[in-house]
Amino acid sequence: MALTVGPVLYHWPRATLLHFYADLADSAADTIVLGEAVCARRRELRLDDWLALARELQAAGKEVVLVAQTLIETEADLRLLERQGEQQAFAVEAGDASALHLLAGRVPLVLGSHLNIYSREALVEHADLGATRWVAPVELALGALALINPPADPVRTPQGEAITTEAWAFGRLPLAFSARCFTARHHRVGKDDCGYPCLSDPDGLLLASTEGQPFLTLNGTQTQSATVQNLLGDAQALHDAGVARLRLSPCSRGFTQVLRDFDAVMNAGQPAAGCADAWNELGVPGPFSNGYARRLPGMVWSNA
Amino acid sequence: MTTRRRASAPEASAPELICPAGSLRALVAAVDAGADAVYLGLKDATNARNFAGLNFDDTQVREGVAYAHARGAKALMALNTFADARDPGPWRRTVDKAVTLGADALIVADSAVMAYCRDHHPALRLHLSVQASATSHAAIEFYRRRYGIQRAVLPRVLTLQQVGQVIQHTDVDIEVFGFGSLCVMVEGRCALSSYATGQSPNNAGVCSPPSAVRWQDDGPAGMQARLSGVLIDRYAPNEPRGYPTLCKGRFSVNGERDYALEEPTSLNILAILPELMALGVKAIKIEGRQRSAAYVEQVTRVWRAAIDQAAATTGRYSVQPEWAATLASHAEGQQHTLGAYNRPWR
Repeated sequence: MALTVGPVLYHWPRATLLHFYADLADSAADTIVLGEAVCARRRELRLDDWLALARELQAAGKEVVLVAQTLIETEADLRLLERQGEQQAFAVEAGDASALHLLAGRVPLVLGSHLNIYSREALVEHADLGATRWVAPVELALGALALINPPADPVRTPQGEAITTEAWAFGRLPLAFSARCFTARHHRVGKDDCGYPCLSDPDGLLLASTEGQPFLTLNGTQTQSATVQNLLGDAQALHDAGVARLRLSPCSRGFTQVLRDFDAVMNAGQPAAGCADAWNELGVPGPFSNGYARRLPGMVWSNA
Repeated sequence: MTTRRRASAPEASAPELICPAGSLRALVAAVDAGADAVYLGLKDATNARNFAGLNFDDTQVREGVAYAHARGAKALMALNTFADARDPGPWRRTVDKAVTLGADALIVADSAVMAYCRDHHPALRLHLSVQASATSHAAIEFYRRRYGIQRAVLPRVLTLQQVGQVIQHTDVDIEVFGFGSLCVMVEGRCALSSYATGQSPNNAGVCSPPSAVRWQDDGPAGMQARLSGVLIDRYAPNEPRGYPTLCKGRFSVNGERDYALEEPTSLNILAILPELMALGVKAIKIEGRQRSAAYVEQVTRVWRAAIDQAAATTGRYSVQPEWAATLASHAEGQQHTLGAYNRPWR
């Protein structure tokens, strides 16, 4: 099972980002997705910085994918997509149809989880663009993944290459996007002149119900789950659903151990039991959930 | 099509008024009150207002289409959810029905559905649903080239200036939301509801479904509104209560209890109608297939008058107090916002 480290979805300072990726160079990660997916105003690293980092990680033996911004609103957003299409060295993970339109045929495409691919017919349509990897929408059950891209009869590109399914196996779930920045709203500052309060939230800003139940996480214009989806115990079900890659979404603490444990459990047959407790002690945010994989509400943890 | 119903010929800049029909009664009310087109869905998960007691069976569609056509209005069918991997059949059958029942266009979001239309019903007019989340002219062009869409409904996230940018760069007709419940999240990209309940607009055509709602009397502390057990809001005994749509609840962030995502409020762009017309918006959509026929009738009448006045009296348009009062009485929490069209919202 190949492990993909997803893009850092939070606003981390430049030095923190560089340190994080330096650590990944000799990790069990097969693929690393780089770039800013959430907010066009976050500029700790610019495209040229990401490309430099990409070349370093590639030299260290990692496959690198650049991520396109998920919500495209401005001409500047479109120009950034254009620039991502001008380089030839790395695939780009598309977050919307703007990216599909501007990048298909120019660079290899990864179909990001925010493209609404809910059926085999929809995946066939996107395979037609030459994409060879599909990150499934987070709300799809593993049973649906098995129907959409079955291991015995995978969807293929026009060139005959089988599409690989990647599932969201670890991390707070990206659930929604808005033009509004909820972090700025909480701090009562304007979005265009926000002063970057999100730099103080390395794992986002927790939103709880009035009676204190952790419910969601505010991450600028993105709303995430408060729970961390964790499919570490689902190796067999993932395999049966034809999942060949797992996406691990970075958190600020304990992530190296998470990566190590996923590799040990998925690729060396180690038991999953006990890992989650150890992660909590390292500062991985919780609680954990695995409901979506089981066609249950996403916030649910089920032992079944 | 029969003749247009307006007394005087509309100027080129007058956008079509597109009104919701959750029932045959609402459809009749919309057409009689001056809608240029109505939109409706079938009684199943193929459309994004999949609520019990709402929507149309085949006979009602036929009747509604005939009623609209006889009065010069169009009937659009919403097929704006995503085909279920377990059985895409209902989505394909709905496309076939749209053709046989005589719908003037199909409002679509799923590339699987669009591919089926392209391959089996190439003459069927397609409108890109707001649920397709196309927020740029490049995204719209993707769907035009591959599937031949002729109109796109913009998600409620763009500023007025951004709407103008899109229109300048595309040949596809642009439709925007004018009035009704406001999604603060980009439509088609929100899984908040399935996170709490298992059902979302994309996978089931519902948000915060009634089956997951529980009201709990907390005595002197007031009334609790829960969704799948999560406390979405708590109302003091004398406080007005709203439906617990989960993005419009009161939550705690850093110990501060507030509408952290969005207040219970409705979108109302009556005040900027001339600006939108000047930008070249081709159609204004009224939200609310889940609302009553009385809502549809009154809201349609206001918008008919507003569009006619704006088209006839360029430069001298003003929102009439009675329009504002009627719309306010139908707004969520009696509150209005210009939403993302208005920069300070951000």
